[in-house]
Amino acid sequence: MIIKCPHCGPREASEYTYIGDATTKRPDHNDTDMDKWNDYVFLRENPRGAHAEHWQHTSGCRSFVKVLRDTVTHEISGVSLEGPWQVEDKS
Amino acid sequence: MSGSRLKYKGLFIDQSKPIEFTFDGKSYSGFEGDTLASAMIANGEMMMARSFKYHRPRGIYSAGPEEPNALVSLRSDGRLEPNCTAPTVELYNGLDAHSQNAWPSLSFDVMAVNQLFSPLLVAGFYYKTFMGTGQRFWHFCEHFIRHAAGMGKASLDPDPDRYEKTNLFADIVIIGSGPAGLAAAMAAAPSGAKILLVDENTHFGGSLPEERGTIDGSDPKTWAAETLKTLSEYDNVTMMSRTTVYGYFDDNTLGAVEKVADHKVVPENFEPRQRHLKIFAKRVIIATGSIERPFVFDGNDTPGVMLAKSALRYANRYGACVGDNVALFTNNDDGYTTAHQLRELGVNVTTVIDARKSINDDLPQDTNIEYKVGHVVTSASGGKALSTMKIAPFDADAKTIGLESTIKVDALLVTAGYTPMINLCSQTGTPAIFDDEIQSFIPGPATRNWQACGAVVGAFTLDEILTTNKVENANKKAIPLALTDMPSSNKSAKKFVDFQHDVSVTDLNIAHTEGFRSVEHLKRYTTLGMAADQGKTSNMNALAIMAELRGISIPEAGTTRFRAPYKPVALGTLAGRDVGKHFSVTRRTPMHDWHMDHGAEMIEAGIWYRPRVYKKTGETVTDAYIREAAAVRNSVGIVDVTSLGKIDVQGPDAAEFLNRIYANAFLKVPIGKARYGIMLREDGYMFDDGTSWRLSETQFLMTTTTANAAGVLSEMERLLTLVWPDLKVHVSSISDQWAGMAVAGPKSRDTLEKVITSVDFSEEGLPFMGVRDGLIDDMPVKVARLSFSGERAYEVYTPTHFGSDVWEAIMKAGEAFDITPYGTEALGTLRIEKGHISGPELDGRTTMADVGLGKMASSKKQYVGSILKERDGLIDDDRQTMVGLISHDDKPLKAGSHLLSGTDNIGHVTSTTYSPALEKFIALALIKNGSTQMGNTLSATFPLKDEQNSVLVVEPHFFDKEGERLYV
Ligand SMILES: [Zn+2]
Repeated sequence: MIIKCPHCGPREASEYTYIGDATTKRPDHNDTDMDKWNDYVFLRENPRGAHAEHWQHTSGCRSFVKVLRDTVTHEISGVSLEGPWQVEDKS
Repeated sequence: MSGSRLKYKGLFIDQSKPIEFTFDGKSYSGFEGDTLASAMIANGEMMMARSFKYHRPRGIYSAGPEEPNALVSLRSDGRLEPNCTAPTVELYNGLDAHSQNAWPSLSFDVMAVNQLFSPLLVAGFYYKTFMGTGQRFWHFCEHFIRHAAGMGKASLDPDPDRYEKTNLFADIVIIGSGPAGLAAAMAAAPSGAKILLVDENTHFGGSLPEERGTIDGSDPKTWAAETLKTLSEYDNVTMMSRTTVYGYFDDNTLGAVEKVADHKVVPENFEPRQRHLKIFAKRVIIATGSIERPFVFDGNDTPGVMLAKSALRYANRYGACVGDNVALFTNNDDGYTTAHQLRELGVNVTTVIDARKSINDDLPQDTNIEYKVGHVVTSASGGKALSTMKIAPFDADAKTIGLESTIKVDALLVTAGYTPMINLCSQTGTPAIFDDEIQSFIPGPATRNWQACGAVVGAFTLDEILTTNKVENANKKAIPLALTDMPSSNKSAKKFVDFQHDVSVTDLNIAHTEGFRSVEHLKRYTTLGMAADQGKTSNMNALAIMAELRGISIPEAGTTRFRAPYKPVALGTLAGRDVGKHFSVTRRTPMHDWHMDHGAEMIEAGIWYRPRVYKKTGETVTDAYIREAAAVRNSVGIVDVTSLGKIDVQGPDAAEFLNRIYANAFLKVPIGKARYGIMLREDGYMFDDGTSWRLSETQFLMTTTTANAAGVLSEMERLLTLVWPDLKVHVSSISDQWAGMAVAGPKSRDTLEKVITSVDFSEEGLPFMGVRDGLIDDMPVKVARLSFSGERAYEVYTPTHFGSDVWEAIMKAGEAFDITPYGTEALGTLRIEKGHISGPELDGRTTMADVGLGKMASSKKQYVGSILKERDGLIDDDRQTMVGLISHDDKPLKAGSHLLSGTDNIGHVTSTTYSPALEKFIALALIKNGSTQMGNTLSATFPLKDEQNSVLVVEPHFFDKEGERLYV
């Protein structure tokens, strides 16, 4: 599988580390509702088909990217930078 | 046996170059260009193996990688390679091949007695015999079964040969160089696209040497040679033989193995034996052809029964003749052509048996052959060598046979149609579609940028494949009868479907009767198609039989999806050069050479090499670490801590960030002070511990454990990027930039004072947890007054390139106090005496409260894991908590020992040592509700070594509980 890093170009998945589901949202840091934290840490959809996930380019520029991947065909339809350095994918 | 060499010379061999080789220790000769199988046939040795389960004699069955029977082990010692298919092994001088599955020898096999027990060894044998009767019986039988079963043995010696890995990139990759592959290459070459043409065989051309007729006026052999010559003149075309594409992965990535030196006695200097290729392809053309399909009848596995086209290849390519008196059993027109070609080459085909009721009048016949149309072979027999077969008139509609007659033959060639090799297409997830005409599966529409052509899609004849060439008088297409399973008059008929796994029609019947009817269930219950050949010759027949049993059609019965590898791949090839020291990176600290020069015995700590102990003459490891630990307690010691993870945390929000990720408070750490911190995971368990030094308002130097250095950095990056992008903090690993050493013991201050200038070492000048910058000569150092040992101690960090000079300067300064370098063993001793946690306690399953650090957690703020660490299960009273243990018997304790209170298993030992301070064997342990066990005696048991020790439960702080020694 090849993931196109917005900084480094197309690189093999072995250069990346899978981080997790990109659709989960961490509760506010000061939220004390245990159910919300439980959901955030443990509950995941397991979709067949389109999925948004985070990968880190650990053996490259170390940036975090959001990858839109089909879990059946492994086809990647989009890669975008995450974090304060977000830029438009120009390609 | 009656195999021999024909007068006809054979296309691929050079009879002027004889080659000597051995099989099972016996010497044979062949010619250059032979395969092991062709040479064995020419030597009259058809039987080459015993079968997997029943140890039945088995002969060479095919001329390609689909070979189910003739599996051999090649070479010996470190170069031993089991499960090689004899038809694909190229002969070389001195080749040393061995049969498998036979004990004590191929011709006299004691295990053949398994045949008498065959009613016991049927489908589901393992499940039925061992699951019901319990483990004990399995353990009793396991040794015997493991000896009897198995597909050859792997060598226990290291492989002396090299294996390499490489990447290739191509616009178009064409897999297979038969007529379809060559035509595709010719069509694409003028475009200038970068083309890679690969073929698993030694020779390019696929089936062309055996094709009849003419292509553009030339005979197929000549056309192939001319086409290959033309292709070789294109700069943009690369052709690789002996290269098997075994897997088709995501993003049009192909896995392939090139056999670089398997055909040589030993690889030449610096030449790899095999090379793994990762091929990145824009477009893939799959032209992998087809293989012939067998018939299923009583005794169909007798040596001497083989695929018809394979026998033709042996004759045409190697001049090897499979028998003197040959019959051919077919259900299609192509079988006739094969029989006639064999006769032309000098093979004495006497009888053709055709299962079809009638044939077209225009089908050419040879006057020397007796044609038995409307007949089938009902059995073959002869034990180790085929001697007779029975044939009978056949009613295809009623599926009944008439009166059988016996015919003497020494080779029986079978051809029941062709099976397209759709394996690579199937690996991409494309469903298989049943083609009624050829009674086989072809690939469905491509889901990716690939295209299948030629026999893979059912185009079996030259005129079907080479649509842009002028093809005349080509072979006729094999349009087979649906039926391949032959009736038998023998009640105990042995009709094999999967030769390699010894699965017979009886097994399929049993599976069906017992309800294992879906193709996936049947496969797993009978193990059909699950041998090293992936059922290349058996899958289609099994599906047909299954469909028949269920009264449904073959496509309704379904087919299983093929998975990589198409052919077995050696582990050595996948490992490439990542073996031995190259298996993972080796990290050495800048003081490594000093350690080696001073008697250090090194130990791997993750990827790092660290001194375990520095042995003096005559010392054991235990002697050495006791001496080293005592030196720290009594005077001064020095230990290399470079392997700790070091992270530079910078930015206006650095303190706020650390305050969110550490469980204890970090907001108000003063500049010039360090603080010990514990990080939790999001789920509330402990993640890592270490100290963070505040260097300025906006900068911290964080240390982590050696093991979690990478994980902590990634988690910090994750939080800063995905969760708190608003925090103005940047983190970078500086583990490689700094060397570290801890100087510990009552004389540590005296030592450092002598060598580090510009630091005030007084109690006020450098208080406990203080951090200062200093110099050793002109080398900058950072000094932090931290202690892991419980003694007065300092950590000294310096840029990596000064590491060994700083170390030596401190050693020199400490000479007056007999400064002692110590390793990880003494480091462990000192921290266990103090009850400090390390890797064995930070095992990912412990909470702060479990290890006695619950009070450290801040109750005034939220931090990563603060809510989830309060889950019911994590605050349960019965959780295992950390305690100390002292051996009652004055015997060493083993980490991992289970702790029994009476007969209750209440926990385990985590870390152990001999304590020079207490002069006792002590340990740390995690036990259920540890605080209630103080003063109790438990049994520490280590069943693997049959050891039991009586231990006393105590507080985990064994030594200097008040911490007075920090100020000595
Ligand atoms: Zn990158």
